[in-house]
Order: sequence, then structure tokens, then C-alpha cells
Amino acid sequence: MEAYLDNSATTPLCSEAINKMNYAMRTCWGNPSSLHANGIAASELLEESRRIIANKLSCESDEIFFTSGGTESNNIAVLGAANAMKRRGSRVITTSVEHSSVEDCFQQLENQGFDVIRLRVNGNGMIDERQLYAATNPSVILISMMYVNNEVGTIQPVEFAKRAAIQSGANAIIHCDAVQAFGKVPLNPYNIGVDLMSISSHKIHGPKGAGALFVKKGTKLNPRTFGGLQEQKIRPGTEPMPAIAGFAAAAKAMPEIKDSLAHATALRDYFISRVSAMENVTVNSPANALPYVTNISVLGIPSEVMINYLSNMGIYVSGGSACSKGRKSRVLKAMGLSDDRINSAIRISISRFTTKQELDYLLTGLASAQKNMKKMK
Amino acid sequence: MKEIILLKNGELALKGLNRHTFENQLIKNMKFRLHDLGKIRYTSSQSTIILEPLDENVDLNEAFRRLKLIFGIAGISRCAAVEKDMSVILPAACEYLKDELMIAKTFKVEAKRSDKKFPLKSPEICREVGGEILSKFHHLKVDVHNPDLTVTVEIRDNYAYIHGNQVKGAGGMPVGTAGNAALLVSGGIDSPVAGWMMSKRGLQLCAIHFASPPYTSQRAEMKVHSLLRQVSKYSGDILLLVVPFTHIQEEIKDKCPEELFTIIMRRFMMRCSEAIAKERNCGALITGESVGQVASQTMQAIGCTEAVVESLPVFRPLIGMDKDEVIEISRKIGTFDISILPYEDCCTVFTPKHPRTRPKLHDVEAAENVLDIDSLVKEALDGTKKISITTGD
Repeated sequence: MEAYLDNSATTPLCSEAINKMNYAMRTCWGNPSSLHANGIAASELLEESRRIIANKLSCESDEIFFTSGGTESNNIAVLGAANAMKRRGSRVITTSVEHSSVEDCFQQLENQGFDVIRLRVNGNGMIDERQLYAATNPSVILISMMYVNNEVGTIQPVEFAKRAAIQSGANAIIHCDAVQAFGKVPLNPYNIGVDLMSISSHKIHGPKGAGALFVKKGTKLNPRTFGGLQEQKIRPGTEPMPAIAGFAAAAKAMPEIKDSLAHATALRDYFISRVSAMENVTVNSPANALPYVTNISVLGIPSEVMINYLSNMGIYVSGGSACSKGRKSRVLKAMGLSDDRINSAIRISISRFTTKQELDYLLTGLASAQKNMKKMK
Repeated sequence: MKEIILLKNGELALKGLNRHTFENQLIKNMKFRLHDLGKIRYTSSQSTIILEPLDENVDLNEAFRRLKLIFGIAGISRCAAVEKDMSVILPAACEYLKDELMIAKTFKVEAKRSDKKFPLKSPEICREVGGEILSKFHHLKVDVHNPDLTVTVEIRDNYAYIHGNQVKGAGGMPVGTAGNAALLVSGGIDSPVAGWMMSKRGLQLCAIHFASPPYTSQRAEMKVHSLLRQVSKYSGDILLLVVPFTHIQEEIKDKCPEELFTIIMRRFMMRCSEAIAKERNCGALITGESVGQVASQTMQAIGCTEAVVESLPVFRPLIGMDKDEVIEISRKIGTFDISILPYEDCCTVFTPKHPRTRPKLHDVEAAENVLDIDSLVKEALDGTKKISITTGD
């Protein structure tokens, strides 16, 4: 048996995406910028894809910009907004638990002389909005906050960002990394009060190599790369039509959010009730986390060793963010967890295709690991 | 204009009557590394080896790049091979080296005349070639002490060879001339450097890696493959033997004092390695140890480790080096960036919090006596798998 429980790293392709990509590769392979009929067919597919994504975010289709994925969306958003706004102020605000594609951009801004404030989080991985209010002053030009944390599933109160900015009189751009939230919670950038929002295709059963950035009309944003006129010059370069079409098809295939959320919640509650009964296991995700991500520590067994052990059984989980390739979790550290828990943390992330049998198999695997692995350290 | 590559084999020239065995091995190594580039003739005379392409398609740039990594070569030059006639040599020198002559500010000419029947003597050749160059390149000045470019004209049996500055080769001795040795490789920074250094002295490497699944992952082993593939660009093909080590480590963890875990583990590694080395016809073991670097590499700990090796020398080329110096080499040979990938290896699992830094041999022997050493070693050797790492270009 196999159990793929690393859906926050990436997801298997849904058949709708595969079929659409097949169509795009075989029939609609033209350059969307070409003036001839062959190019027009491709550009129609591109615009159709854009409308589908816009529809999912309840925004206008000319507010959707296709990128190569979450990392590029985050880079364009954070660096592009800071660069466009730098004359108005120098303070930028983010949290201490962001994905590395946001955190590393803020490190770049710090090197360039920006005053970077990283909001601390409590033991649940949640920021305190009072801290946000205190840090926001009229010189703030950018606030970037993730919607759902990729390692523990904590949902941040992103809506406070706009409120804090308005209250302090700051003319700040609000960015939200919603890569782990898209398709899992209702997302409406207008309602949350964000100007920029990053989403990715391969976390929703679409292909790798596509993502999107929502840019609210009128938002100042300087491009990071230069070239052609594609994507209104925000992201020049010939659009990868198969990947974008697959992304849109996957978005279109997403079931009603409340149905999949109910499915995920039932599975998560079942798993937590069983795993908390095991000895030497702690649950690191807060109780009100998004049910798709659950972080636990099996004390005494280092993360990498547990991953190897489970992998040999055909069970696939991760230690934290796949993008950090095995380095120690910054997020768990920010949450104030002890070293024992950080070193033995694993992340179980499910999708709408996950079954109870897979979680049962994981529980068997965890028990087997505890029995067979000599306590290390 | 016919172009050839001329190699100086440096240290080999100091060898006595067995020099040809070293040269033959070097030529064999070069043939192996360049075989896919087309037909090349190899001739050696007077501590120089000449590579002469026999068909037009031989990519000399690629050959040159690969030759720079082959041990046993002190210097490499690309030369024009022309008729032994001053009326040909003079224009050929200006034409063949024009790019280098254009960017140089100063130059000198050196001549070597091994064909004593050639009418001009060396100083006369220098004077004529130098005069010709000065007349064509007005910006140049002669500087005989520290020139930007040294133009060399060698008059040999069949041709006159013209070349510019010689490029430094990898040095050392041809791989294979010193016999075989077994490198213990973990995945860290040190062991690939140790292997590279001993390979430079002419040793043919085989490598031994200890894997402890499921504590260590497939990625940790893949990392060792990448490291060895990088080393093999210098050393030639390497046979890797992967020894299953989990049971041994679990037994030690269960039955021996925690603070002696690492030292006992390393003794097991040496026992397994010696057995493999002998079976593979290796005359020595190679490790990346350096005194005082970690608890298991204190003088006393190394003594305890070495005590189980019955009849082979253990080479530790890094023994007196600082970490910085080792890192510098690992960057130079391209293994550093692979070494720092963060996967657990057999040396990092189970490590005790407070290892004994000055173990006494009789304590260690007493502590490991509770284990069935022979059958554990045999079990590990029986499960050893072989992987051939071929030079990856």
C-alpha cells in the first residue's frame, strides 16, 4: 500500500488538468502573442484560463497575472511593491513564519536598507494583531502576510493588515501568500483587503510551472524581469500554455470548498484523536488550524529518520517545507517549540483525494517506527 | 596549421629505469579519458608526451579541458606543429600566437633544440623569432625576466613546435602507478578531499560507504555517488562498496556504553574496510581524519581505531590540516557544494551527547567484548553491494 501525505509539498495531477494540458500541447501549441490564427487560438485559451482563475478569486480577469508559480508570484509581489513604493517610506512588515520565498525577499529588502519588521507568533503560530497595529505607522509601504502556514496550518488574521494600515494612515500595499489556502478556504482578496495575492497550480492538483498573482487594479508594482509585453509587462516571457491551461482546468475541477473542507476536517479529527493516544507524540498544529496540514512530533526519532522509515513502507510525509530541503524549521522555532519537538517534527498534509485507509496506514507506520527504531539521543 | 598538445610530465622525469612504466600508465589513462574524442597518436620522448590528432574532428578544446584534470601531468601546451624551416617557423609563430601577442605587453622567446642537426642554435632561433614578432607587433616590448607571454619554439625530431604560455596540469603521479587503495567515504567534506589527494599520488581508488537505512536515506547515498563522480573526474572510475551498517550500530547502541559509541563504531568500520580492501587487492586504507577535529579524531581515539587494522597501512592525508585548508581544496575540486547538503549520514545517527575524547584501548576492547564482533562483521560484508562510479563529464 502507498499513502501520499505530503500534499503541501505538491499534489498529484487531476485528470482534468492532464486532459487539458494534452489538448494544449497537441492542438493549441501556438505562441499566444502571434498575430496569426494559430497564435489567436492559444491566446483564447490563455484568456479562458485567466477567467477561470479570476472567477475562483471573485476578481476581474485583468487582475490575474500568470507566473511560474508561488515563489515567482511572491518575489514579484514583495520586491516589486517595495521598489514601486520606496519613495513613500521605508518600513515593511511581515511575519516570522513566512515561506522562504517571502522571507528571503525581505532579507533582500533589509540588505537594501529597508526597515523590516517581522511580527512574532505565539505557540499556535499566530500573530498578535496588537503587535501589528503597534508596528504600523505612516512610513509603512508594504505588509506581507501568509494566509495559511505551510508547516503547521495556522490561519493568520490577514484582514487586520488593511485595517492597521488605514488606522495609522499608511498608504501600504498589502500582500498575501495564499499558496496553501487556494482551493481550501474561500478566498476573496477584496473581502480580506489585500492588493496582491499569490497562488500556485501544483498545490491544487495542477501541473508545476504555473502560478498566478492577483494584482488589484491601481496597485503600484514594478516588474522584476524585463522583456516582452506579456502579462502587461509584469511577467514578460512567452506564456507556458500547457501549464497555464492545466492550472485553470485544475482550478475549475475543485469541488465546493465547504464539501472538501468537511472531508478534510473529519479526516484530521480522526487522525488527531488516534495519534494523541500514542505515547511520546505531540501535536504541533493548533486546534483551529486548517485541517489539511497537521504537524506532529514523534519524540526521540529525528524527522529525517522517520521520513526514511515511513518512505520504505510507501508512506510519504515531510519534515517541514520541501523548499528548505531538510534544514531546521524556522516556523516551529518561532512558535517557541523545544528542540526535541523541532528535531522530530513531521508534517502530514492531506488533499481532497486522501482516504481514511491512508491515515490508518500512517498510524500503523508511526507505531511500527516507534517499536523498531532505537531511541536516538 | 597542424595543432597538437604537448605535455610535460614533471615529477615522472625524476624516475630512473622504471620511468617508462609510469609514462605508459599515464598514456593509458589519457587514452581512456579521451577515447571518445577521435583518433589521437601518443608519443613520448624526453619527459614530454605529444598528443597528435589523427583526424580532423578531434575537439582539442575538450581534450585540453579533460587533460587538465589528469594526474601525472605538470604542464600542458597547445602547439602549432610546423616544418623545421625558419622561413616557415617565423610567420607561423606570428600567426598562431597572434591573439596572445595582441593582449600581451611584454614577451620573450625561448628555444629548445633537441634536434642538433638543425642549422641554427637556440640563441639564434630566439633572436630571429623575437625580431620577427617585434616587426609585426609594434606595441610589444621584450622582457626576459617577467614577460606576459613566453613564446617557445621547440625543434624536435619531426616538427618544430610553437606555443605560448604553458598551463599548469593537475600534477602528481599517474593514477594506477601506486596500486589500489580503499577510501572510507561518509558524505562530509573531508573524505572526498582525502581520496583526491591520494589519487594524486597515483593510487587507484575504490570507495567504501556505510549506510544505515532507515536512519540514513537514499539521498545520503546518492550524495556519496555525486561526490565520487566528482572525484572520478580526476581519479578515473571508482568502485563503490556500500556496507549495510544498521544492525552493527543498533547492537552497539544497545549493549555498549554511550560515550564509547562512536569509537566502537569506527572500529567496526575499519574491520569491515580492511576485509573489503584485502578482497579488492588494495594495499592501504584512506580516511579523511584530521587530529582533533571531532571527538573520534583525537590522537587517542585514532589510536583505538587503528588498533583493529591488522595488516594494512592507513593513509590520512588530512591529518595535519585545518578545516579551512580542507575546504579550500574541496572547493577547488568541486566537492564542497555537494558535501554540505544536509542529509543524515552513518556518522551522525546515534551520536552520543558526550563522547569520550581520550578513550583507553583496554576500556574500548572490554566494552565491545559483549558483541559478537565476527558475525556482525560477516553479516555486514555479506550484504555489501557494489556500484560502479564512472567518470562523469
